[in-house]
Amino acid sequence: MLKNLADYLVFQVIGLDAKSRLGEALDFFIYDTVKIFLLLTTIVYAVAVIRSYFSPERTRRILSHNREYVGNVLAALLGIVTPFCSCSAVPLFIGFVESGIPLGVTFSFLVSSPMVNEVALIMLWGLFGWKIALTYVGSGVVVAILAGMVIGRLRMERHVQDYVWEIKVGAAEMQEQTFREKLDYAADYTVALLKKIWPYVVVGIGLGAFIHGYAPEDLLVRYASRDNILAVPLAVLVGVPLYSNAAGIVPVVQALMEKGLPIGTVLAFMMAVTALSFPEAVILKNVLKTRLLATFFGIVAAAIIIVGYLFNAIL
Amino acid sequence: MKIEILGTGCAKCKTLYENTKKAVEESGTAAEVLKVEDIPSIMKYGVMSTPALVIDGQVKFSGKVASVVEIMGLLS
Repeated sequence: MLKNLADYLVFQVIGLDAKSRLGEALDFFIYDTVKIFLLLTTIVYAVAVIRSYFSPERTRRILSHNREYVGNVLAALLGIVTPFCSCSAVPLFIGFVESGIPLGVTFSFLVSSPMVNEVALIMLWGLFGWKIALTYVGSGVVVAILAGMVIGRLRMERHVQDYVWEIKVGAAEMQEQTFREKLDYAADYTVALLKKIWPYVVVGIGLGAFIHGYAPEDLLVRYASRDNILAVPLAVLVGVPLYSNAAGIVPVVQALMEKGLPIGTVLAFMMAVTALSFPEAVILKNVLKTRLLATFFGIVAAAIIIVGYLFNAIL
Repeated sequence: MKIEILGTGCAKCKTLYENTKKAVEESGTAAEVLKVEDIPSIMKYGVMSTPALVIDGQVKFSGKVASVVEIMGLLS
């Protein structure tokens, strides 16, 4: 129905030729913009309501009963729903290790939380369909589980900054929100988020529409095709210094996909951008000594590269 | 009344601090508003998502930026 609306507007009201490049690009732009914003509004709201039941404090309680392996899987899954912004990384890290959650399990959470993001999920779904969106979520969770397990096995507790072990965490006595308050909070959150990201989304869809209408094929493909064995690690290397939120990176992903890059390479790039960022490293330096920080980055990068190769091989 | 804003210093924490000062001013409450940025003091309250608002030692909420009106509701 949305497609019909966009078609009607572009080809009847504005009167562009359906076969023209401009017509095709504008039709795509209007259809995608309306679709993405509808999806964003409904799903971000729903996610915010779900999240109001998963405070970091509650997640900590759940994880503190679980040891490695089961703990890693749970932490990676809870990372998806637990609300957490990067400026809370330090108190969260301390709270987790202090309550006896193993280091590797804590890292599974720290990897999955920024990487598996609802905005990225919706934009991928809207632009490429649910298969790619679910592939993204699944690979994020797998990377988080793998990286956390390896870090746990390395027994690097002494590479956590010493003061962390000395801090005593008090018991939070928080008032439970009423259902009404949860709904209000979700609405506020949705409005605030949309206000923040809408320019990225519009620019991104515009870029996508332009490529859709005008793209010269095989420009990047020559360098980053399936045959180039170095394409996946290169995509990760390029992704690390780029700090962007999901709304800003999905359009780039769309451009890369339209130019024919294989899915594994593109997902590896996207995961590197969201999970391995420079500001994140600076924040984590407060709680981790250099050696553990470097190990963490190295292992997550390796896990992303493996997943990238895997998807290139099977999809 | 003693109000503490817990947060490591990100933009959201600053917004909550400003909103709280405004709420105190507009409601005419006699309250002292403090910004707590050091980690051990934040952890003492068991808060893991910042910013958080504490009134007289009790954590009212964490992990969100409340509006001026919302904070005024907590003051009365």
